[in-house]
Amino acid sequence: MPVEVKLPTLLRVHAGGAASVDANGATIGEVFADLTAKFPALATNLVDENGSLHKFVNVYRNDDDIRYLEALDTKVADDDVISILPAAAGG
Amino acid sequence: MASDSRRHSGLTFEVPFVEPTIRLNLAQYRAMVAHCFDGLPHEACGVLIGPIKDDFESTGDITEVQTCRNADESARTYTVDNDDMKRAMDRALELGVEVVGGWHSHTHTDAYPSATDVEKAMALGPYWLHMIVSLKQAEPVLRGYRIRGGRTEEVDVDVAGL
Ligand SMILES: [Zn+2]
Repeated sequence: MPVEVKLPTLLRVHAGGAASVDANGATIGEVFADLTAKFPALATNLVDENGSLHKFVNVYRNDDDIRYLEALDTKVADDDVISILPAAAGG
Repeated sequence: MASDSRRHSGLTFEVPFVEPTIRLNLAQYRAMVAHCFDGLPHEACGVLIGPIKDDFESTGDITEVQTCRNADESARTYTVDNDDMKRAMDRALELGVEVVGGWHSHTHTDAYPSATDVEKAMALGPYWLHMIVSLKQAEPVLRGYRIRGGRTEEVDVDVAGL
């Protein structure tokens, strides 16, 4: 049961140029695993070496920041839209 | 510019580092500067949305300037509020364009990327346009940059009518 994943410009280069891709999974973590199986170069951009959400990205399930849900364990269902956003910060 | 400046992490960028010229209209410029003053004493921030080319590079045209909240509420650092970034991305998709860059204020330093800006730029990728509004002087100063592989190059900024 695929969900739509919207990618920021900087990650499209790792996903064949697509602005959004379909992926399968019951949680965000599973969706990311499916995505990185298709596009291995995405792997290091989404999840860090500890298996947590990478600090360079913020992820939304529909209108909700998954950091305030269950992070990578957040459940996804058909018709959910997952948005990956760049973390813009500095000093 | 030496060709090696277009390389990092094994990638070669075909578009010169210093392109494109960022083109803003006067209303966009005024909105950015007003948001920076409104944010004092903290740094203020926002994002830029506009069209990209087939190679993911911004054309330099800015369709809309989005003002965002500084989640850090700090005079020394900024983080674009997550919900505001989500709103900007949704707005870009609605307009058929992209989030192409961001801007923030320096309240007491020049309009040049800080070490923190360069470090955090890694999260934004090579295509991101970085704009800084300095409020150090009586008159605000706006400058634009590309930051790639830890290297910073200034890009031209053209504000129509300024
Ligand atoms: Zn800065």
